[in-house]
Amino acid sequence: MSEIGDAAATAFRLLLAADPELLAIVALSLVVSLGATALAALLGLPLGALLAIAGFPGRGLLVLLVDTGMGLPPVVVGLLVYLLLSRAGPLGEFGLLFTPTAMVIAQTVLVTPIVAALARSAVADLLEDYREHLASLGIRTLATVPILLWDARYRLAAACLAGFGRAAAEVGAILIVGGNIRGHTRTMTTAIALETGKGALAQALALRFVLLLVVLAVNLAVPGLARAARRIEG
Amino acid sequence: MIGRLAPVVGPEPGPLLPLRVEGLVVEAAGRRLLDGLSFTLEAHRCTVVLGPNGAGKSLLLRVLHGLVAPDRGRLRRADPDPLRRRLAQAFVFQKPVLLRRSVRGDLAVALAARGVPRRERRARITEALALVGLEGFERRAARTLSGGEQQHLALARAWALRPQLLLLDEPTASLDPAATRRVEAILADLRARGVTIVMSTHDLGQARRLAQDVLFLWGGRLVEAAPASRFFAGPEGREARAFLAGELPD
Ligand SMILES: Nc1ncnc2c1ncn2[C@@H]1O[C@H](COP(=O)(O)OP(=O)(O)OP(=O)(O)O)[C@@H](O)[C@H]1O
Ligand SMILES: [Mg+2]
Repeated sequence: MSEIGDAAATAFRLLLAADPELLAIVALSLVVSLGATALAALLGLPLGALLAIAGFPGRGLLVLLVDTGMGLPPVVVGLLVYLLLSRAGPLGEFGLLFTPTAMVIAQTVLVTPIVAALARSAVADLLEDYREHLASLGIRTLATVPILLWDARYRLAAACLAGFGRAAAEVGAILIVGGNIRGHTRTMTTAIALETGKGALAQALALRFVLLLVVLAVNLAVPGLARAARRIEG
Repeated sequence: MIGRLAPVVGPEPGPLLPLRVEGLVVEAAGRRLLDGLSFTLEAHRCTVVLGPNGAGKSLLLRVLHGLVAPDRGRLRRADPDPLRRRLAQAFVFQKPVLLRRSVRGDLAVALAARGVPRRERRARITEALALVGLEGFERRAARTLSGGEQQHLALARAWALRPQLLLLDEPTASLDPAATRRVEAILADLRARGVTIVMSTHDLGQARRLAQDVLFLWGGRLVEAAPASRFFAGPEGREARAFLAGELPD
């Protein structure tokens, strides 16, 4: 009990003193997860919109793949990206394994299906509602894309937030491709997962507190978005 | 459905009317939903499409607007250019579809789709909203309007497009009597401005007030096409007589 109490006290001191190592870990975590979310948005939003709007052969299969991809276990993604990036793998020559870049790639793979699937259902719902009206205005399929994306903006933002929440909280993928190297690829989740038992309890506790705050912020932002959406969407 | 439609950009539409409909057939699952309709819509007139539920009124309006392609028969407009003629029509659905935007944003999308330059949009929006008594609603979220206000907005949106031919599917079905009269006044006003109107309704009083011509549909067939005065004075067919009398023929 007193050990945990001491650790908690130390954790608070670390937080209050803005311990540099702690800050570096938090910063790396945010950079990796935000970077992955940004890339996933760049790939997943257009992909989702395309799947909702366009009809093309193989679309049904792609929808199934994306929906399945939503539930991919992080360790599976980690292993996949590990194999791609390892020295013998197809992308081995770039020497990316155990770098933050590898972690961004892994989380992008993890999050893109989430963003794409949520974007697809958001745009598809909207299109069902709008289809006849847009057709009656004589708007071509391609020209409906910006209208649909804009009108679905709150749900699309929520999709990105869901993706970020998933990235920020996962440990399996970045652990496998990043390796939890101190001062280089150690993030909040990998540190919490691996350092708790090694006398770094205080640091792990402090990180857990920060991570909780991040998750809390995400979960506060989602209903905030919904409220904003209701105001304009009615 | 959207993919089939022509892009809308470019020149002012030429004259659209008269519009000749010849041998129009629409089928689904082996059933003839519209069965060999032929008639002519003349310019500057108000034509009311009457008939019981399921007669094919909505379908006919959709075909006239190009939302449904006929299986047989054709529509011949005075201006044969499909791109220009689409510029000249507007459609008001029974249940208005409004975008998740402000009232102004909703109207702006429609105007942009018709290639109305940005600097002209604001004036058109203001004028269209004034026409239906929605002045000052520009910044409201369109979908927070009441059902009647939404119907008025849909009408304003259609008018903002400056159509030569305005198609309306039961535009007053969900309106209270005062709002209904108001829509009727607007439609009469639009017709006075030279807009050709084709609308469906179940409100026979409304049909009497607005119609100059009547198309009476029965089971997908056009059983009577006549000037309104003649139709209401005494239709020729027994289906129409029964319909006006409010009974079902056997
Ligand atoms: N896409 C479709 N597929 C199959 N049947 C259809 C389709 N669209 C319409 N119908 C049928 O065509 C007939 C005419 O429908 P329509 O909506 O035009 O009727 P209406 O005259 O507008 O009726 P109401 O007064 O109830 O609005 C109906 O029997 C309807 O079930
Ligand atoms: Mg109908």
